[in-house]
Amino acid sequence: MWLFDKDLWIEIFHTLGKNMFRTFLTMLGVIFAMIILILLLGSANGMSNGFNKVFAGTASNSLFIWGQSTSEPYKGFERGRRIRYKIEDADILRKQIPEIEVLAPRIELGSHRDVVTVYRDGRKSGSSVYGDYPEIDNITKKKLVEGRFLNKTDIENSKKICVIGEETYKLLFDKGENAIGQDIRINGVFFTVVGIYKPNNNINIDGENAVFIPFTTFQKAFNTGDRMGWMAIAVEPNTKVPVVENQIKTILKTKYDIHPDDERAIGSFDMSEIFNNITGFTDVLKGFSFFVGIFTLLAGVIAISNILLITVKERTKEIGVRRALGATPRTVKRQIVVEAIVLTAFAGLIGFAISVGILGLLNSMFGSGDDFPFVNPMVSIPQFLISFLLMVGLSVLIGLIPANKAVKVRPIEALREE
Amino acid sequence: MIEIKDLHKSYKMGSNSLHVLKGINFTAQSGELVAIMGSSGSGKSTLLNILGMLDGADNGEYILDGVPIKDLTETKAAQYRNKFLGFIFQSFNLINYKSALENVALPLYYQKVGRKERQVKALNYLERVGLKEWATHLPSELSGGQKQRVAIARAMAAEPKVLLADEPTGALDSKTSYEVMDLIQKINDEGNTILVVTHEEDIAHMCKRIVHLKDGVIVEDKKIEQVRAEQYV
Repeated sequence: MWLFDKDLWIEIFHTLGKNMFRTFLTMLGVIFAMIILILLLGSANGMSNGFNKVFAGTASNSLFIWGQSTSEPYKGFERGRRIRYKIEDADILRKQIPEIEVLAPRIELGSHRDVVTVYRDGRKSGSSVYGDYPEIDNITKKKLVEGRFLNKTDIENSKKICVIGEETYKLLFDKGENAIGQDIRINGVFFTVVGIYKPNNNINIDGENAVFIPFTTFQKAFNTGDRMGWMAIAVEPNTKVPVVENQIKTILKTKYDIHPDDERAIGSFDMSEIFNNITGFTDVLKGFSFFVGIFTLLAGVIAISNILLITVKERTKEIGVRRALGATPRTVKRQIVVEAIVLTAFAGLIGFAISVGILGLLNSMFGSGDDFPFVNPMVSIPQFLISFLLMVGLSVLIGLIPANKAVKVRPIEALREE
Repeated sequence: MIEIKDLHKSYKMGSNSLHVLKGINFTAQSGELVAIMGSSGSGKSTLLNILGMLDGADNGEYILDGVPIKDLTETKAAQYRNKFLGFIFQSFNLINYKSALENVALPLYYQKVGRKERQVKALNYLERVGLKEWATHLPSELSGGQKQRVAIARAMAAEPKVLLADEPTGALDSKTSYEVMDLIQKINDEGNTILVVTHEEDIAHMCKRIVHLKDGVIVEDKKIEQVRAEQYV
């Protein structure tokens, strides 16, 4: 096996080593190409990871349903009728659609994104006020700074407690003041603060200044009866969100006498769509990086081939002598191809080492920041292996050009050359 | 050892054909030291190239040590060259980034001789040409005579049947030329067959037989009284 032929390697390193500067310049193209490839791939990965981090805490396979106004007259009802869901709808949907994993009903004071004045000790804040079930935490995760989120006991006992956003805290409390156990007043009703959450500044459905109280408490305190504002729904991992969305809409349309073709009556938002868009975006970015990188690599390898061609020309006489001394065309060819492989592989590894260093540096600069989606920019082992093998493969193919030129030289002509 | 019958060779020069060798008949026995002489254009280099399997003949027979040399592939030619022939060139043709020892060991490398054995053999041949102390030197650190002696050691290292020397003294001053011829004579004394292409009368007379080529044919082939180079050294 020629791979383990020590003499071949000695020959090759001898040849490459005798002109270190040129060898280095030859490798430069591939080094840069590898740096570009790995940096692009790594950055695309970092971006992908960054987006994943942004969306961490939001169930990607989720949707939101709320009521709007009808746009078609149906069964004697005029258009423009306001659709108001009832709390019983939650159970109906849960029962009829087994693909629903979590369904968290929610009710809001006023209409969507309306603010209500919340008072405490002569201070006030315009906040959104939501009545929620603890399950909502499975769909949009709250980062709790202090205390706890709503729990089952709060619901069962209709406890007059609340969880407030950091913005709300800033408006109602002094800096550093302990808010847990303090009361705030909403529409004349007092609620005790049990937790403070940090606005999830990545995906924010709740608004930045919000107060969460248990759904059952909300019903009693603000006298909303069996009304339900909207539903946050997480579907099972292998189910397509639009499928469930359609099922839900069909059931609700029947229940509330909505025209089957009425697209406006039921408001919905498919979270998975955004995820798919972003995943698609990062995938395209990765593909593009690979594409650009591979062509840069090709250019680098061609540069090596070019230099080897020049080298072959310069070494015509040497090759002639070698052939006169008994080197077969195969031996000559093999030496030049292996030179191409060694140059490329070595340069590739250097480029890889440099780019991994740069990526590490980038990671330490941007990786921990919340506001820039760039986390752990690295290439995966398969990505590296594919690039590396592709590069070596290319170098073999392209190394054959100078190698064939070398064997085309007839020893007699080579020797004649002065 | 060498048998050539009715050898023809012509080169195409555009639309013209240049008939260089016009029927050469020649035999050389084992242990001969033959000078091939002729002015430039006489075909002596072409003959040497064909003998060296660096070029093929158009017509005729060439038998080397009982093996007919015909229709060789490049690979086969390389193997035969390695096995049968040792080359000595006018311009030495040493590989300039390899030490004297490595240069001598190169034919052995192509014979797939192991590294250790190669070094020992190569050193042995360097010793025989009197350059053992120069083994680790690069060709650029050697004088012309020394280079040619390294080249001779290299030609002998593969223990070929025939040594082919193409103007071996062409690039050397007369004193060094005689030193090299002295070496060639001594190698011949040991029984090696050597063909020397030269256009210098005094060098030719240090061989045992002179073959004169003119316009592609042998015009004279005579045995001579060998002049020993030793006396001039």
